[in-house]
Amino acid sequence: MASIKEQFEIPGSLKTWSYALIGIGGAALLYGMFTKGFSSDEHEQVHFWGTLMYNSIFWTLVTNAAMFFLCFSTMAMAAWMQSFRRIAEAISTLVPIFGGITLLVLFYVVLSHNHHIYHWLDAEAVAKDPILKGKSGFLNPTFFIIWTTLTISLWSYFGYRMRQISLEADIAPMDADTAHKFNVRSMVRSGFFLVWFGLTVASTVPWLWLMSIDAHWYSTMYSWYTFASSFVAGMALIALWLIYMKNKGYMELSNSEHLHDVGKFMFAFSIFWTYLWFSQYMLIWYANIPEETVYFKHRVQGAYKPIFFLNLFINFLCPLIILMKRSAKRNFTLMAFMAVLILFGHWIDFYQMVMGSLMKEHVSLGWFDFGILSFFVGLMILMVARSMASKPLIAKYHPFLKESIIHQV
Amino acid sequence: MAQKKFVVGCFDEEKVLFPAVKQVRAAGYKIKDVYTPFAVHGLDHALGMRETSLHTAGFIYGITGTATAVSAISWIFTKDWPLNIGGKPHFALPAWIPIIFELTVLFAAVGMVMTFCWLCQLAPGVKKHHFHKRATDDLFVMVIECTEKTNAEDLVALLKSNGAVETDIQIAEEGWWFGTYDKNDDLYNNKQVAL
Repeated sequence: MASIKEQFEIPGSLKTWSYALIGIGGAALLYGMFTKGFSSDEHEQVHFWGTLMYNSIFWTLVTNAAMFFLCFSTMAMAAWMQSFRRIAEAISTLVPIFGGITLLVLFYVVLSHNHHIYHWLDAEAVAKDPILKGKSGFLNPTFFIIWTTLTISLWSYFGYRMRQISLEADIAPMDADTAHKFNVRSMVRSGFFLVWFGLTVASTVPWLWLMSIDAHWYSTMYSWYTFASSFVAGMALIALWLIYMKNKGYMELSNSEHLHDVGKFMFAFSIFWTYLWFSQYMLIWYANIPEETVYFKHRVQGAYKPIFFLNLFINFLCPLIILMKRSAKRNFTLMAFMAVLILFGHWIDFYQMVMGSLMKEHVSLGWFDFGILSFFVGLMILMVARSMASKPLIAKYHPFLKESIIHQV
Repeated sequence: MAQKKFVVGCFDEEKVLFPAVKQVRAAGYKIKDVYTPFAVHGLDHALGMRETSLHTAGFIYGITGTATAVSAISWIFTKDWPLNIGGKPHFALPAWIPIIFELTVLFAAVGMVMTFCWLCQLAPGVKKHHFHKRATDDLFVMVIECTEKTNAEDLVALLKSNGAVETDIQIAEEGWWFGTYDKNDDLYNNKQVAL
């Protein structure tokens, strides 16, 4: 394996682009802070904090999905992804950073008692409202803050432990006994992450962070829906980085076979997302109960109609039709296009999940949203590249690596 | 239903089989098939087989199912027998989607299974000649169909030089037949050509 490039050198263009994106984002943030954040107009304030919320939550969940991918693959003793596992690891190093931003934003919203965003923060309203009163054991600032802090710290910690054990595969070849122990230990560590992931992303955290914006409304599909959305976007992000690294001449051990399987994940989880989207929508549509349809009323019939259907078009129809063919999943250009499209589509999905509830009357998608997006994208590019450059690109003594090299679909 | 002459070469390892396939093809022989105890990755490429069109057939069956469901339900619920169900519009697309989906899956699944059986000539009672009984156990059996120009002895020598552990020339039923394996066993018991 002498010809394998193990050290990633960050190209100048990548740095330039990421600094430029962060710069644009920073400018947008500053300008937005003065025109919106400090504005006396409630709508502008809600727009400001809402935009920060859905961007930071989206990117935290998407980067965390990379660690979820590593952990369930480890748990299933999957070998095919070993040749590019360092990409997923590098993406997951962003969880503490984006998680920290999310923490700051959510803490500010909750501690400043911004009841225009979380209605349940309004103690007077809750006292008069039997529904909110019934939920107050869960929807209260103390629990929100403890659970959010715990969530992000444990994601970061368990993720860190997973990345640490992966470094052991860089040191020396393992004999059968060491390799077996290594596998078992990896599985135990991934188990911790997976259980915590199930308790958070697949249930409580979307309820707390997103669904509680519509404090009266609830849907049992909501957490899975959020999970599916962030996971498919996470796979798209992994695909995008894999394609980028291949283009730059790294990741020699990964090829179209590996891309094909990443593409299958993107395809399958786009369908899974649609399944959850539809299950949530159809049950509410069929039952037609006012307290449930309130969520969809302004999305399907109001100002958010174009975005609502654009969301379905980008995230369901495009992957279904374009990614269905085997040759499409093995085509680097098409996969790059689809990965960007899916990431954008699920960003729009998060947009309508948050802003659709905060600003029901009009769609405010504009310079501020894209500015904040550019900040997060720039930061993501820079930090993933840095973290990739800080470690060897291949876990070269990983017991499953050979199986990954000869992987064939 | 024609009997033809086949040259059979048996290999006991994949890594011997692959170069042998390459050599036999390079020498200009057309390999009828290689019977393996399990699915061997990459063998279809090595044999130069074209990709199956089963998935295209599956897509067509699926679309047929979708079209059947959409046209049938929409005709029934809007033209033939409109019913007021919970005040919903007659053209109630969300309510139909599960049925449209199910019918798509049903058509695609049943259609593909039947097409697969048709392509592989599989059906209850349909029998085909087994070139080597160990092909289902632990032997990779390469079968080459002889033409008038084929020199079977040369081919056997080529197979042997490429690591075949067992070689054989058989005159066997090319296609399938309906009934029992008597015909096949007869062929086994009195091999026309002994080597």
